[in-house]
Amino acid sequence: MSPGALAPHRELGLTDAEYEGIRERLGRDPNALELAVFSLMWSEHCAYKHSKRLLRELPTEGPHVLMGPGENAGVVDIGDGLAVAFKVESHNHPSAVEPFQGAATGVGGILRDIFAVGARPIAVLDSLRFGELDSPRSRYLFDWAVKGIGHYGNSIGVPTVGGEVYFEPAYEQNCLVNAMCVGLARRERLIRSAAAGVGNLIVLLGARTGRDGIGGASVLASAELTAEDASKRPSVQIGDPFEESKLVECCLELLDRELLTSLQDLGAAGLSSSSSEMASKGEVGIDIDVARVPLREAGMEPFEIMISESQERMLCVVEPARLDAVLEVCERWDLRATPIGSVTDTRRLRVFDGGELVGDMPVGALVDDCPLYDLSPEPPAGRIYADPPARLAPGGGPGDALMALLASPNVASKRFVFEQYDPIVGSRTVRRPQTADAAVLKLDNDGGSGAIAVSIDGNGRRVACDPYTGAAEAVLECARNLACVGAEPLGLTNCLNFGNPEKPHIAWQLTRAVEGLRDACLALGVPVVGGNVSLYNEGGGGPIYPTPIVGMVGKLPDPAAVPRTGFAEPGHAVALVGPFRPALEGSELEKLRGRLAGGLPAVDLAEQAAALTALREAARNGSLATVHDVADGGVAVALAECCIEGGIGARVALPSDDDTALFGEAPGGVVVAGPREAIDAVPGAQVIGEVGGDALEIVGALRVPVAGLRDAYEGAIPAAFAAARG
Amino acid sequence: MKFGVVRFPGSCDEIDALLACRRFGEAQLLWHKERDLGGVDAVVVPGGFSYGDYLRAGAIARFSPLMESVIEFARDGGPVLGICNGFQVLCEAGLLPGALLPNRSLRFVCRQVDVIVENPDTPFTHACQAGDVLSVPVKHTTGRYHAPGIPHEQVVLRYAPGQNPNGAQDDIAGVCNSAGNVLGLMPHPEHAVDPVTGSADGGRLFESVASRPEAAGLAGGAGFGIGLTT
Repeated sequence: MSPGALAPHRELGLTDAEYEGIRERLGRDPNALELAVFSLMWSEHCAYKHSKRLLRELPTEGPHVLMGPGENAGVVDIGDGLAVAFKVESHNHPSAVEPFQGAATGVGGILRDIFAVGARPIAVLDSLRFGELDSPRSRYLFDWAVKGIGHYGNSIGVPTVGGEVYFEPAYEQNCLVNAMCVGLARRERLIRSAAAGVGNLIVLLGARTGRDGIGGASVLASAELTAEDASKRPSVQIGDPFEESKLVECCLELLDRELLTSLQDLGAAGLSSSSSEMASKGEVGIDIDVARVPLREAGMEPFEIMISESQERMLCVVEPARLDAVLEVCERWDLRATPIGSVTDTRRLRVFDGGELVGDMPVGALVDDCPLYDLSPEPPAGRIYADPPARLAPGGGPGDALMALLASPNVASKRFVFEQYDPIVGSRTVRRPQTADAAVLKLDNDGGSGAIAVSIDGNGRRVACDPYTGAAEAVLECARNLACVGAEPLGLTNCLNFGNPEKPHIAWQLTRAVEGLRDACLALGVPVVGGNVSLYNEGGGGPIYPTPIVGMVGKLPDPAAVPRTGFAEPGHAVALVGPFRPALEGSELEKLRGRLAGGLPAVDLAEQAAALTALREAARNGSLATVHDVADGGVAVALAECCIEGGIGARVALPSDDDTALFGEAPGGVVVAGPREAIDAVPGAQVIGEVGGDALEIVGALRVPVAGLRDAYEGAIPAAFAAARG
Repeated sequence: MKFGVVRFPGSCDEIDALLACRRFGEAQLLWHKERDLGGVDAVVVPGGFSYGDYLRAGAIARFSPLMESVIEFARDGGPVLGICNGFQVLCEAGLLPGALLPNRSLRFVCRQVDVIVENPDTPFTHACQAGDVLSVPVKHTTGRYHAPGIPHEQVVLRYAPGQNPNGAQDDIAGVCNSAGNVLGLMPHPEHAVDPVTGSADGGRLFESVASRPEAAGLAGGAGFGIGLTT
């Protein structure tokens, strides 16, 4: 960018009208520092200016909610004096520019949101989207994003317990990296971010401040990616998990000793957003002296210090009398702690450089006055997305279709991914990836009873077919995964990954998807306790599939009774339960055949909600050995996965042997297996066959040895990399 | 019987190790800046990324004040168990032969593996028989053990055939020093102490230490109970 090519405010992503608004609120022209701070605080990423009004439609209240949207993370009560904090957040654009650091710092950022409310991070999950694996760029982004997530999560000792990955052409230019973190706290240790107590000190904890990530929120996160992405690499932050691990332990110890008045992480827009948001919530002002901020490099301008997105930093409010005690704890952890300012009664964010006032802005103008825009949704006149390339030759039988589905990277085992993560550190993990439909974490070492279950889900292709139904299905899928391990959902977090909302057809996708999320949450009685919006996900190839990602936390009574995905014993009865009306629209099989449907069958949300309750009760009583939901690839794939995971075959007869019955998809279907009397006790269970032998046989349709199923399922993703090397 | 579990900044599995030890005895954390081992009867150096491990796994931790005391404790015959990063630290400290190299795959790998007990005559394996198979997880990036010419009797644990996750020499998963009182292994026995989380087989290593005759106070092996305060 050559200086002077654009008016400075436009170069920073502000419109002329927004610039006028800033002048009006200041009563003068902003100086360069103030303009830089406003441009970030008024960016889509920080201000949600295109989505805030829409998000108000989501239900946020519920009996278990302790903290809802607006805090660093949502928090729900899980009983026994314990609370669970959780949130999902995107790091899409940084990961598209530099996948290793982009994904790593995505994990680091979401961890800080969790311990900022006083919770110890106990689990990470990831939702990833890339282009097809035959694209070298997609393989590169996928490989390095996974390495980045592992690097950060493994090094900091928080287990990565679950997640999902899809590969679609629509993500070729613009990959998605969404990370969810779950934390555990004693209820009384929870802390909010509102600054309080005029005269209290503002103390900066953690890493020194450098030039990394300057302008990330506006330049990267709030605009479409272009061909010059590589020139944005300096806007990507660099992660240091070791610094963060000290930061976690130190912050939790400071909270245990009740030394902090409030705590806030430094995320997008760095000191600017953290300080002004703390001041806004506390209805106070904050003075910051940038000359006191420990720097990584010499010669940084005050504005750079204020907007740097250097990682592994937290801001806290400390009573002066407690400062020495705070510094002592930080010293013990070899963690930098520097008083850099104080709480005032001015309701202004004032920035000093030593004795000189270099910026003076009303907190309200920064945090609350960003103009909000109504969307102008309009259904698209024509198709937004091209049909995917056909990958399955016509004319094959159902056995061929099953093998092609198992080898499709969307369906295939993600072992390549999850073996690069540590899912067990913390000694809570009862079910590791691929062994159950949701991760299960026991609480006995923490003074709790039972376990929590966590899942993260979303299927952008189905949302592309029908934004309303597809988004509702994401909520149902997530709740069904929890029900499969016997867990009752307590709260939901979401990340809305969409294209440019200023385009009417994207606004329509976003609006319909939020309506779908809302209706599904209302039907299930699950409140939305927090989330994140990532817009402008458009590369040269057009918008991404609209991708609302849903994360849920639930509770179950007995971790030892949790059923598994795999079939367990010969002679167990196999049954289908749930309201399940499969259709090929939006299915993986349709994708392989090169078609993208223009709609999905409607879903009866009340019927689905009732079925989930029944499923949860059946799954939690310990009588069922196997519970696995029918998802991508339909019943045949679900049965194949039960066989592969259990290392044993099955012989079943389905109501019909056509493609729709075998491979059709829809919410609601679940495969269960166990002793016959246990199956008969499950309401509405239709017995379809029996576990046994070394092959999966679907009568009249296919018979494939389990070893063959496993080779296709486990081999697909490694083969995509091997072929590229070959 | 009291275990001490070392805690460096950047340790990850120290609480897991502490919980595992407490199934078989008392246990406390030992802080890296202290020199006092608090009268513990055995030391566990846990997994993780001590001091960030940005230089080389275990290279910095080896110089911590606490490790000086652990080295002294080990040289006096005290039982010391190094798990994963702890194994790397003990190699760096010269308490164990050989070195850990990056995995053949150059990737972090976490999976459940079977390991075979080769030498049951150590303080950590005497509750096992030679040939016993233990199901224990591995999780590491730098676990390819390399020690040309290591004496056979110092190989305590081996990965079961076909299950070597990292390319380690001769499928070696765990080794002891020549005196037998220091064991390092890449698999994580502290993550295999409860059937609900996958396996209880790793508990047998802790059980072995806790059930040693010396641990019951009969022999008071060298170094035990000595307050190594400075």
